[in-house]
Amino acid sequence: MLPTSKMDPAIAAENVTFAYDDQPVVKDVSLTVEAGDFLGLIGPNGSGKTTLLKILLGLQTPDTGTVELFGTDATSFDEGTRLGYVSQQSSEADTTMPISVREVVTMGRYAHAGLSPLTTDDHRIVDDVLEQVGIADLADRQISSLSGGQKQRTYIARALASEADLLALDEPTVGVDAESRDAFYDLLHELNETGITIVLIEHDIGVVTEHADTIACLNRELYEHCGTERFLETDALERAFSSARAARSTSAASGD
Amino acid sequence: MDVDTFRSRRGLTAAAVGLPAAVIATAAFVYLAFPPLFDAFWGTTCGAIGSWLVCSTFLQHGFTTGVLVGIAAPLVGAYVVNRQMALIGEALAHTAFGGVAIGLVVGASVEWLNYPLVFALVAAVLAALGLQYLAVTTDAYADVPLAIILTGGFAVGVAVISYGEGVAFGREIESYLFGNILFVPFENVQLMVGLTILVVGMVALTHKQLLFITFDREAARLARIDVWFYDTLLIVVTALVVVAAMQILGAILVAAMLVVPVAAAMQLTSSFNHGLVLSIVFGEIAVLAGIFSSYYLDIATGPAIVLVAIAIYVFAILNNR
Repeated sequence: MLPTSKMDPAIAAENVTFAYDDQPVVKDVSLTVEAGDFLGLIGPNGSGKTTLLKILLGLQTPDTGTVELFGTDATSFDEGTRLGYVSQQSSEADTTMPISVREVVTMGRYAHAGLSPLTTDDHRIVDDVLEQVGIADLADRQISSLSGGQKQRTYIARALASEADLLALDEPTVGVDAESRDAFYDLLHELNETGITIVLIEHDIGVVTEHADTIACLNRELYEHCGTERFLETDALERAFSSARAARSTSAASGD
Repeated sequence: MDVDTFRSRRGLTAAAVGLPAAVIATAAFVYLAFPPLFDAFWGTTCGAIGSWLVCSTFLQHGFTTGVLVGIAAPLVGAYVVNRQMALIGEALAHTAFGGVAIGLVVGASVEWLNYPLVFALVAAVLAALGLQYLAVTTDAYADVPLAIILTGGFAVGVAVISYGEGVAFGREIESYLFGNILFVPFENVQLMVGLTILVVGMVALTHKQLLFITFDREAARLARIDVWFYDTLLIVVTALVVVAAMQILGAILVAAMLVVPVAAAMQLTSSFNHGLVLSIVFGEIAVLAGIFSSYYLDIATGPAIVLVAIAIYVFAILNNR
């Protein structure tokens, strides 16, 4: 394992391109996320945000281009303890499998434990995040019996329990009520202040501009990536969304 | 970072030393310590109860194997069932039957190769690796590859048996097809002890990883857990358990022991770990009640075990309403 220096950015993507079969999803995106950044990733529906995030995390291999996580190639990056992820779609098993909220949140500690048994520290951290996310009273409930918002909070708690250096969140608060949503974003803000790098996909642009330091606007290609204040002065959002509208109306016109 | 490197190196060393050590210790236990223990236990039990049920060597072998199957099968089944792979045991058992058939024919002409169960193990493990390969290339444990392997393995078995018409395997074949508690030689009891130790040890060591890939593969990949490795481990261990349980339940019914106790336990719990323990409890109840009822009702043991397990499942569902 090569030692990573403090200077390495959390994520460095260069000329990343990805297509499902012949359908291009991400086109020539280069993007650097410095350690400690809070990046908001925005773009219209179907703009490749989720795919790009998975590529950045090394869950998918780009067709061309390279991604580095903390200075190491993303697909061979093996420090699972440094990554946390709340995906947009929860797993299929959470509707059928008997597994308690506490057991799911505890999975956040698995990368730390490896083959060794969980320690009392691991259990304490799980208790703490259950409290922090406000689901301590649900800890023994089966996850399939929870509402969508409660489930989502469980996955957020799992990502927090992993005590990662990089937290990636893909529309984490879908189905979560407004109050706990605000509390969650305040918590993200606090975590970011302590030096944790955050990449957030969120359709609510108000939330993104309020919390993120930098914003990347994507619609297959990267339209803009800069500080939030500067971003608000550009027309990247307008361009990205209008190109999406144009693409939709072309495909509608061609009867596709 | 440095601590992590140290920890993973230490882990590797532990695996390099621990794995062969565990295998040697298991083998030593099975061959040296287990036979006297077995005799001591059943000698005492027979002396205390004095019934044919516990004094016959056949039933002593059967009970011991059955109790071990009742531990190992639901233990592995808990992960397999929750991954929607319930029929994988059935497919592997049918391939194992093909292996048994080849083993019987080979063993009939080559004396020192007369271990059909070893052939069954090899066939089932090969089928498991084949399924794993198909799962990776076709991206799912779809039921089509399962159906092909299931029928293919069975076809090989029947074809091989029908070829050597001069050799009569009738009773043996039947015992592998339908299971026969009176037909478990002591070597197979020893094999079952060894397999159970390996399975329990493997699950104790990798429970977290297996649970993670069962529940959420993407999150497991993100945590940099080697999903492919643990998939393969789980499916190969399933193959081992299936072959071991086949002696009692038979190739056709063996999947029940992987699936039914787990399905019953899942009805009654909201925690995976509780469900795991409860599955084993139900597995044991099914085995013991099945053996007793097969004796008192004079029916075959394999079906009796399966029917008791299904009765537990039905009770669990009714209780859950």
